[in-house]
Amino acid sequence: MEIPYTVEAHPETGLNNGKIGIWLFLTSEVMLFGALFATFIMLRIGSDGNWAAMQAEAELNIPLATVNTAVLIASSLTMVMAWASLMRGQLGRFKVFGWLTVGCGGIFLVIKYFEYTAKFEHHHYPESSTFLAIYFAMTGLHALHVIGGMAWNAYFTGPGSKVFHTNRQWLTDRVEHSGLFWHFVDLVWIFLFPVFYLL
Amino acid sequence: MAEPVHASPAHDEHHHEQSFWRKYIFSTDHKVIGVQYSVTGLAFLFFGFVLMMLMRWNLAYPNEPIPFIGSLLGDNRAPGGIMLPDFYNELGAMHGTIMVFLGVVPLAVGGFGNFVMPLQLGAPDMAFPRINMISYWCLFMGGVTMFASFFLPNGAAGNGWTSYSPLADIALNGQTAWLIGMIFLITSSLLGAINFITTAIQLRAPGMTWMRLPFFCWAQIVTAFLLLLAFPPLEAAGVLQLMDRVANTSFFIPEGLVVGGEVLDRSGGGSPLLWQHLFWFLAHPEVYVLILPAMGIVAEVIANNSRKPLWGYRSMVYSLIFLGFMSFIVWAHHMFITGMGSVMSTFFQTTTMIISIPSVIILSALFISLWGGSIRYNTPMLFALGFLPMFGIGGLTGLPLGLSAADIPLHDTYYVIGHFHYVVAPGTLFALFAGVYYWFPKVTGRKMNEFLGKLHFWPSLVFMNGVFFPMMIQGLNGVSRRLADGGISYDFAGEVAGLNRMMSVSAWCLALAQIPFIINFFMSIRNGEKAGRNPWNSTTVEWLAPSPAPHGNFDQPIEVVRGPYEYSVPGSDKDYVPQAEPAST
Repeated sequence: MEIPYTVEAHPETGLNNGKIGIWLFLTSEVMLFGALFATFIMLRIGSDGNWAAMQAEAELNIPLATVNTAVLIASSLTMVMAWASLMRGQLGRFKVFGWLTVGCGGIFLVIKYFEYTAKFEHHHYPESSTFLAIYFAMTGLHALHVIGGMAWNAYFTGPGSKVFHTNRQWLTDRVEHSGLFWHFVDLVWIFLFPVFYLL
Repeated sequence: MAEPVHASPAHDEHHHEQSFWRKYIFSTDHKVIGVQYSVTGLAFLFFGFVLMMLMRWNLAYPNEPIPFIGSLLGDNRAPGGIMLPDFYNELGAMHGTIMVFLGVVPLAVGGFGNFVMPLQLGAPDMAFPRINMISYWCLFMGGVTMFASFFLPNGAAGNGWTSYSPLADIALNGQTAWLIGMIFLITSSLLGAINFITTAIQLRAPGMTWMRLPFFCWAQIVTAFLLLLAFPPLEAAGVLQLMDRVANTSFFIPEGLVVGGEVLDRSGGGSPLLWQHLFWFLAHPEVYVLILPAMGIVAEVIANNSRKPLWGYRSMVYSLIFLGFMSFIVWAHHMFITGMGSVMSTFFQTTTMIISIPSVIILSALFISLWGGSIRYNTPMLFALGFLPMFGIGGLTGLPLGLSAADIPLHDTYYVIGHFHYVVAPGTLFALFAGVYYWFPKVTGRKMNEFLGKLHFWPSLVFMNGVFFPMMIQGLNGVSRRLADGGISYDFAGEVAGLNRMMSVSAWCLALAQIPFIINFFMSIRNGEKAGRNPWNSTTVEWLAPSPAPHGNFDQPIEVVRGPYEYSVPGSDKDYVPQAEPAST
C-alpha cells in the first residue's frame, strides 16, 4: 500500500507530505529554542546587574565565533547549490556541494571544540555561572542540531543518493527538506552569536 | 483490496504474508499502532491506579501496616509493611506522571487518534507510517524508564508530577530517570503530532472538506497543535533541570539556598519561578490535551446515540480552535501563590475566565444535542452521558481557582485535587471508556457485552463520586494535599479526616468495578456478538470499512458527499445517511 502525496504535491495545498512535516517540526524547534531564549532573558534580568561581569569573566572568543558564523552562512549557500544542482539533474555537482555542506558543518564543530576546550582549560564550566550555564546549554544543543543536520545531509549525499537513478524527484524533495532544517540551524546560530558574544 | 491487478511496487508485498514481528510488533499500520498505544495506555492506567490504591491505604489508615502486600514492598519503602513518607511521595509523583503522560495521552491521542482519525478521514494510513511506529516505541521506552525508576537504589522521582525546583534539582531520588523518561515521552508526542496534522491536511478523502470533518478529528487536530507547540518548552526545561542535576548548574537554584542547615555549594543566580513558568507553559495546554479528545469521543457517541445531528457543530469547532489558542496564555493561574505579582495575576485570571466560555459552549452544545433525540441507552452512551455532568462539576469547581483571591486559600488543598480529578477521572476516563465500547467492534469485529458494560458503568459512577466529592469538602476545610497521613496531624482536619476512609473504600470498590470491564474486554475479543461494518448505524466514514479493517483500510473508493452527522433526515428511508454514500436523486 502506498501513501498518497509522498512525492507528488497535493492539488489543494500544493505541497507534499514531507514538506508539511518538516515545517511543523521546525515550528516545534522554534518553541524549543524560544523557551531557551526566554530562559536567557529571565536569567539576565534576574542577575541584579552581574550579567556583564559574568560575560566578561567567561572570555568568549569573538574572532573564532565570527569565523564560525561565516562558515555556517557559507554552508547554507552550498546547501542551496546542492539542491539546485539536483533540480538541474546534475548528480556530480550535487555531491560536491553536498559534501561541502557537511564539511562546513565539520569545520564549525572543530572550531566549537577548540572554543569549549579553551573554556575548560580556564576552569570555566557550566557550573561556574548562570551565563556559562546557559551558554553551554544553548550552544551545546545547537551543536547537536548541527550534528543531526550533518548526518542527514551525509546520508542523502552518500548512500541515499542512489535513489537519483530511480526516483529523482523524491531525492530532490528530501534534500530540500534537509536544507530547510539546515537553514534553521544556521538561523539559530545567527541569533546565538550576537546574544552571547556581542550584546 | 479487490482492485485490478497491475504492476506496482505495492503489488508484491500484498501477496506475501508479513512476518509476525512486522505485522504485530514493528508494524507501520496505523490501526496496529493505535491498538499498541491503547493497550499500553490501559496497562499504565491500571498501574497508576494501583499506585493510588496504595496511597489511599496510608491516607485512611496512617502508620498501619499495608495488608497482604505490605511485606513485599521492601524495607526501604515500607519497613514492616508501614509506608514511609518518602515512598508515599514517590507514589504520588509517579501516579500523576503515569496517569497523565503514560495513561491518558497514549490512550486518548495515540490510541484513539491513531486508530480512528485516518479511518474517519477516509485515508489509507497516516502520512508517515514509519515515524508513527518510532513514536510508539519512544513512548514505550519512556514507559520502561519510568517503570524501572522504581527499582533504583533511591527509588523513583518523588517531587510531585510538577517536579518543582529547587527540590527536584537536589533530590536524591530518581528524578534524573524521570527527566530522561520525559524526554522520550516528549519526543514521542512531537513525532505523533507532526504525523496527525500532516495526515489531516493531506490525506482527507475527496469531498471531506474541513466543515465535514467529524468533531473527533477536529479535537485531535487541535490537540496535536497543542502537543507540537507546548511540549518543546518542557523539553528545554527538562534539559536545564537535567544539567542542574548532573552538571551542577544553577538554572533553577537561587543564590544562598540553605539545605539541611548549610548553604548549597552552587553558583546560584537561577530562578525557581522559571521552572514553574516553563513547566506550566506545557502543563496547562496538556490539560486540554487530556480533555479535548475526550470531548471529541463524547460528541461522536452522543450524535450517534441520540440519532440527531450535533447541535451547533460550527460553533463547537470554532470554540475548540479558540480553546486551543487560549490554552497557551492561561498557564500562570497555577502560580497565583508564588508571589509573581498582582499585575501578572490580573492578566492570567482574565484569560482564565475567558477560556471558560468556549468550554461552556461545547458542553452546552452537547447537552442541547440530546434535546428531542430518541436516545439509545447503550454502554458507550451511558459513559458519554456520565461525562457531561462530571466534566461540568470539574469545570465549575475550577472557576474559583481561576480567580487569584479565591485561589490563595484553596491552593494546595484537597479542593484542587478534587477539581482536576473530576475533569480527568470521571470526565476524561469515562469518555475514554465510551470510546473503547464504541470502537471495539471496528477493532475486533465483535461488540462488547452490554450487561457487563452496564455492570461496569453504574458502580464506577457511584464510586468515582465517592472518591472525589469528599475531597472538595476536605479542601474547603483547609486540608493540604501531599500529606502522607491524610492530615490527621492537624487539628482542623479532625472533623473531615474521617472522610479519608470513605474515599479509600470507594477507591478500592472502584477497582472492583473495573473487573467486569476487564472480563468483558478479553472475553469479547473472541466471543463477543459479531458486528458487521456498521453495528451502531453510524454516519461517519470509519464504519464503511470492513471490521476489522485490512491494511490500507477501505475496500471501496471513498468520496464524501455530505456532513458528518446526517441522522434522522426527513424523507430518508433510514434514520442515518452515511457521509460517503452517493446521494439518492
